[in-house]
Amino acid sequence: MDKVFTQENKLKLAKLHELISEYRGQPGALIPVLQQAQELFGYLPREVQEIIAEGLRVPLTEVFGVVTFYSQFTMEPKGKHTIGVCLGTACYVRGAQLVLDEIKQELGIEVGETTADGLFTIDATRCIGACGLAPVITIGKDVYGRLKPQDIKGILDKYRTGE
Amino acid sequence: MTRVEALEQIKQRALARMSKQRVTVGLATCGIAAGAEALYDTLQRELTELVNADVEITRAGCVGLCKYEPMLEVHTPGQPTTTYVNLTPAKVQRIAREHLAEGRVVTEYTLDHLSNDGSILDRQVRVALRNCGVIDPESIEEYIAMDGYSALGKVLTGMSREAVVQLVKDSGLRGRGGGGFPTGMKWQFTKDAVGEHKYVVCNADEGDPGAFMDRSVLEGDPHAVIEAMAIAAYAVGASEGYIYVRAEYPLAIERLNKAILQAKELGLLGENLFDSGFNFDLRLKLGSGAFVCGEETALIASIEGQRGMPRPRPPFPANKGLWQKPTLINNVETFTNVPQIILKGADWFADMGTAKSKGTKVFALGGKINNTGLIEVPMGTSLREVIYNIGGGIPEGKQFKAAQTGGPSGGCIPASLVDTPIEYDSLIAIGSMMGSGGMIVMDEDNCMVDVARFFLEFTVDESCGKCPPCRVGTRRMLQILERITQGEGTEEDIAKLEELAAGVKAGSLCGLGQSAPNPVLSTLRYFRHEYEAHVKEKRCPAGVCKSLLQYSIDPETCRGCTLCAKVCPTGAIYGKVKEIHVIDHDACVKCGACESKCPFNSISRR
Repeated sequence: MDKVFTQENKLKLAKLHELISEYRGQPGALIPVLQQAQELFGYLPREVQEIIAEGLRVPLTEVFGVVTFYSQFTMEPKGKHTIGVCLGTACYVRGAQLVLDEIKQELGIEVGETTADGLFTIDATRCIGACGLAPVITIGKDVYGRLKPQDIKGILDKYRTGE
Repeated sequence: MTRVEALEQIKQRALARMSKQRVTVGLATCGIAAGAEALYDTLQRELTELVNADVEITRAGCVGLCKYEPMLEVHTPGQPTTTYVNLTPAKVQRIAREHLAEGRVVTEYTLDHLSNDGSILDRQVRVALRNCGVIDPESIEEYIAMDGYSALGKVLTGMSREAVVQLVKDSGLRGRGGGGFPTGMKWQFTKDAVGEHKYVVCNADEGDPGAFMDRSVLEGDPHAVIEAMAIAAYAVGASEGYIYVRAEYPLAIERLNKAILQAKELGLLGENLFDSGFNFDLRLKLGSGAFVCGEETALIASIEGQRGMPRPRPPFPANKGLWQKPTLINNVETFTNVPQIILKGADWFADMGTAKSKGTKVFALGGKINNTGLIEVPMGTSLREVIYNIGGGIPEGKQFKAAQTGGPSGGCIPASLVDTPIEYDSLIAIGSMMGSGGMIVMDEDNCMVDVARFFLEFTVDESCGKCPPCRVGTRRMLQILERITQGEGTEEDIAKLEELAAGVKAGSLCGLGQSAPNPVLSTLRYFRHEYEAHVKEKRCPAGVCKSLLQYSIDPETCRGCTLCAKVCPTGAIYGKVKEIHVIDHDACVKCGACESKCPFNSISRR
């Protein structure tokens, strides 16, 4: 527990408890609480799930079941920038796999992994609905469209230099 | 002053403001990704400098011409609208100085000039998308200016609940989310259901990869959904509603939240709407990434805070839905049609389309097609019209091979059936389905076995795991397809696929599993020869399946320039300067680097 709740996280922890008391007793509260908790901590480690389970009076098994069911929830911390490679149909038929391969090669990691320097995580995402710009990747809130594998290095470099 | 009169006042004020010269900048997700924010900023800077230009700038949703993003439109009173496309800040500067300040259209940046066929928009009939790209989605006044909320006013001040349900029934509107169930019937069932507390839910969990019309409506015209839900709630006797929207659509969520607040402020949501005594409260619920939540019972489970797993029907949600209470669930596009039907009548709507599929349908054109984007056409329009006339055909002079409709639940329509009218029943008859309107176009370079494998991979990932036919059956089908695309398939595998498909279809609990085999069955039906080529000849005719590919250098055209040998990452290419080069197939990893580097097109992939 100490590992997760460092000094920096104490504040977040207080916010989590606030969040829980705000939702306690409301029907259907679990998912919104998990969503906001993930926004707070960046991921949902077991310790956070335990606090939510206790606070909302929901069995921990159910919390764990919900966390692992939905693809947006993660139990692993992510890198500073999450690269979402859209593998929707439109992107796929326009070469998203080649773009993904290029990103994997450039960063030396697989989908779902984070680079050793903690800078990038690769996610293969569901269709983000920007099919007209296929193939598309997102980095944080930025969207890049009409990509070719050779565009990747330049895009990643922008985030490497901390621009 | 009555509420209706107050609404009319807002409308007149907004209309007066909008009748000036206006520029609308397309600022939906796709426009923003293409750089529209920079256009907006440039335009604003320019206009503050141009003293003689009295122009209003509006942040609008998207017109649907994704290929031409970023874009803006200039509306001048008494003149046709000018659509400027593929813009840059420099081009916008010119438009501001020439068109807005001096009234001279910059012809070379217009859609008419840049597209071979300027009639992309003229060939469409816009009902669901009528306001998208036209009004500012963050302004309730502009929605009211386009007769917004007057359908709700009409219903609450002069129509009985029965009359509203009857009108929707008479219009022939069917669910636009996939199933195509008659909307009026759903309303009737929910209205007739016994129970004090009822709910109205909008399914905005647009999970079909390749479909984005719901996102466009939510980002471009959120009030239309809110108004329709209030009308539905009145008709079925509900007082609470939820919009279940995907977390992948942050801009849609932001605009919906704003829209709900605005409607509450004007008394168009909340208590005693139009002094009728009718109350309606509306809330958002965010999805967390699960395709199965598009299925209505799974969606309900998700709103309730559980894993999104479907349950057997009956009981249908109309009788036992959210928290076991009667619940009406309709999709975004279905709802957006409703206010128009109320205002213009059931006959107006039923006059569009075919005998059994009324009205219009929005399609998301994607894949190998020139004009990617959103289009809306009357039901019954042929695939040929959509692909060649509106979609502008296939890029790079390639051959049209198939159109995939209905996403992971649908099928591929081969080029030979390009004259099929697009409506619910004709698509089912040829082994596909309407689905939510995603339409992915494929050309000769797409392998149909690989496409089937792609969709199965999707359903395996998204299967919720509750029932074995879906959980185990789709996985077994995927394993067979992987074998085939890796060149390890046998003829027996094709027969096994068909047998499994029948079992998964018949035995699965919900629509996800029941329709999961469709991509396989339809490609087997129309492209069996491709499966056979993979299995018997160990060959991928489209040149997609890597394990089956072989790169070779044409000795006739190779000039021995050594470029290919230099770029090869595994040193698999041999040859001296000015001598014919050769690929060592054992060392080749089929990366394709040589093919893209060769200046003489001497390297082929088979």
